[in-house]
Amino acid sequence: MSSADTEEQQDQHAAANAERQQVLDELKAALGDAVVGEEVHAGDLWIRVPAGEWRQAMEACKAAGFNYFDFLSGIDWMPSAPNPEDAETLSVEPDADADEAPDAEEAAEAEAEHEAEPQPSEAGTVAAFETAAGEPDSGWKTGVAGGETRFQVFARLHSPQRKLGVTLKADLDDESPQVASIHDIFFGAEWHERETWEMYGFVFEGHPDLRHIYLPGEFEGFPLRKDFPLLAREVKPWPGLVDVEDLPAAEEARQDAAINAAQEGNGADAGEGGS
Amino acid sequence: MAVTEQQRRAYVASQAADARLNVELQTEDMTLNIGPQHPATHGTLRVVARLDGEQVVWADVVCGYMHRGYEKLTEVRTYPQITTLVNRIDWLSSFANEVPFILAAEKLMDIEAPPRAQYIRTILFELARIANITLFIGTMGADLGAITPVFYAFRDRERILNQIEAVTGGRFHPNFDRIGGLKDDLPRGWIDETKSAMVRVREFCDELEELLMGNEIFQARTRGIGVIPADVGLSYGLSGANIRASGIDWDLRRDQDLPLAWKDLDWKVWTHPDGDSFARFWVRLQETREASKMVDQMLDGLPAGSIQAKVPRIIKVPEGEAWVHTENPLGEMGYYVVSQGGLGPFRCKIRSASFNNVSVLPWVLRGTYVPDIITILASLYFILGDIDR
Repeated sequence: MSSADTEEQQDQHAAANAERQQVLDELKAALGDAVVGEEVHAGDLWIRVPAGEWRQAMEACKAAGFNYFDFLSGIDWMPSAPNPEDAETLSVEPDADADEAPDAEEAAEAEAEHEAEPQPSEAGTVAAFETAAGEPDSGWKTGVAGGETRFQVFARLHSPQRKLGVTLKADLDDESPQVASIHDIFFGAEWHERETWEMYGFVFEGHPDLRHIYLPGEFEGFPLRKDFPLLAREVKPWPGLVDVEDLPAAEEARQDAAINAAQEGNGADAGEGGS
Repeated sequence: MAVTEQQRRAYVASQAADARLNVELQTEDMTLNIGPQHPATHGTLRVVARLDGEQVVWADVVCGYMHRGYEKLTEVRTYPQITTLVNRIDWLSSFANEVPFILAAEKLMDIEAPPRAQYIRTILFELARIANITLFIGTMGADLGAITPVFYAFRDRERILNQIEAVTGGRFHPNFDRIGGLKDDLPRGWIDETKSAMVRVREFCDELEELLMGNEIFQARTRGIGVIPADVGLSYGLSGANIRASGIDWDLRRDQDLPLAWKDLDWKVWTHPDGDSFARFWVRLQETREASKMVDQMLDGLPAGSIQAKVPRIIKVPEGEAWVHTENPLGEMGYYVVSQGGLGPFRCKIRSASFNNVSVLPWVLRGTYVPDIITILASLYFILGDIDR
C-alpha cells in the first residue's frame, strides 16, 4: 500500500466523519440534553442516551431519515475470561451462579459472598466499582460513547437515503434492566426485543408479547450475560487455546522475515493465478 | 396489476368488516400448523396460522429449533477461529458470511487486504450469491408445484460449487478468508473455467425466465400475493432483494465504501415497484445475471500482487467497536464486534438477514389464503441457519 493511498483514505475518513458530525449536530438539536455520550470516528457514529429517553431518541432518529431498522441487542460489560490464564485475575466467579435461579437479587447475594472481590451490583456503577476496588484497571471497560452501568441496550439504525447509519446506546440499571419498547416505532424491533430479553433479561416495557424466541419456554437464566457459564467450557477448556500461546520474540522475528520473503516472492510472479 | 398499500389495507379492512357483519355465518377458527418439518420451510421453521375458512386471521412464526448460540460461542473463540462458526450461519453462501466479519476485524486493526485479495474475495462473494440464488430460483418453482426448475437449478449450481471447491477446497464451508487476505491464490486454469460457468449461469437465467416467469400459473400465484409496502419493509428491517422488490433503491455493495471490488465495477441495482412475490422473484433473477457479469468483469480486471497483508502471527485486535455490514445473497448481514484488545471478541452481535426478513411474516400473512402462505414463505427466501444463528 503506497502512502498516497493512505492519504486518500484519510481524506475519505475525514469526509465521512464530517458528514456524520453534521448528522450528530442535527440529532443533538432534536434531542437536546438527552445525548449523554457521543463519538464520531472511523466513519461511524455513536450516540448514548439515558434509558428514559430511549423512545424519544428512536423517534428523533426516524424523523431524521433513519427509517431502516438494523438490529437491537444488549451488551454486558462484566469482564469475561476467554483465557484460563486470565481467569484467575478476573472478578467473575464462574461457579457462583451455575446452579442458581436467574434471580438478580440472589445472584447479587452470591456475588456478595466474595467480599475481597469488587462487586458492581453493590454500588451500581462502574465508576463506583472502580473506587471500591481501589485500582482503576480492574478490567471494566465502557466501550465507545461511554457507559456507567454493567448493562447497555444498543441498536443500529440506517438511512438508505443518506447512506449512513447510527448506533444508539442506553445504560440500564444493574439490578433490574428496563427500557421502553420501540416495537411500534420499528416493527422489526419486536423480535429483537424478545431475543434481547431472553439472552440478557432486559425487560422492554410496553412490549406486547415478551416470550422466548430461540430457547425453550422453560429455560432458566440469561445465556449471553457474562456470568452465565458456558458449560462445555467449564468441563473442558477450548482446545484451540493451545494455538495461541505467545511466541518468544526471536521466533516472532523469524516468522516476520518469512512472511516478508513470501510476500516479495508473491509480488515477483504476479498474476500467476491469472494465467 | 400492482397492489398498492392503500388497496391492500382497504382489502384487509373490508374483510374484517365482512367478518363482523356475518357473525351468524362465522365458523370456529381453525389452527393450522405448518412445520417444523415441512418442505416449504426448507428446514425446521414452524408457522402457526389461525384460519377463518381459508383465510389467515392471525399467524405466528416459531423459530429456534436450530439455535446454536453463535453469539456466545464467539466470546470463547479467537478471531481466526470464528470464520468456521460464521460459515454455518447462511450455509448456502458461506463465504459471504466470512467477509463482513473479517472486514470488521480488519477495520479495528486498521489493516487492509491487498487489491488482489479484495478482488478474489469479491469474486467468491458473488459466486456464493449465484450458488445461493440459483437454488432459490429452483425451490421457488418447486414450492409452487413446478418440479423441473429444481433439477435445472441443482445441475447448474453444481458448476458454481465446483469452482468454489477448486479454490477453497470446500463446497459448502470454504473457511477461506483470513484477516489481512486469503488462505491461497487462485489455481491455474480457474479463470477460464469460471468464465464458461458464468456463461452457463446466464443461459440458466434466460431459461428460467421463460420457463417460470412467462408461465401463466406462476404469474397467477405470485402477482399481488404477499405485498410488502416499502415503509413497512424498512420498519421490519427487510433487506436485500426483499426490500428492492418494494421499490427501495438500496444496495450495500454500491452504497458504502468497503475495501472490496464492487466500487470498480460497472453494474446495475435492480428494483421493482410492486413489492409482491413475483417482484421478489424477478429481482433475484436479475441479480443472479448481474452477478455473473460482475464476476466476468472482475476476472478480466484481476490485479496482480500479494494476497496477504502483513499481520502478526498472533492476532490481537485493538480495543474498539466496529460495525461492518455487506449485501449478502439473503440481504444485509452485519457484525457488531466489540473488542477489548484480546484474542477473541468481547461481544459479537451477528445481524443476519433472514431473522428480520422472516419477522415480517405475521404482518404479511394476515388476510392471505392458505396456499399463498407457501408462496410468501418461498418468495421471502430464508435459510434456517440465518434465522437461528
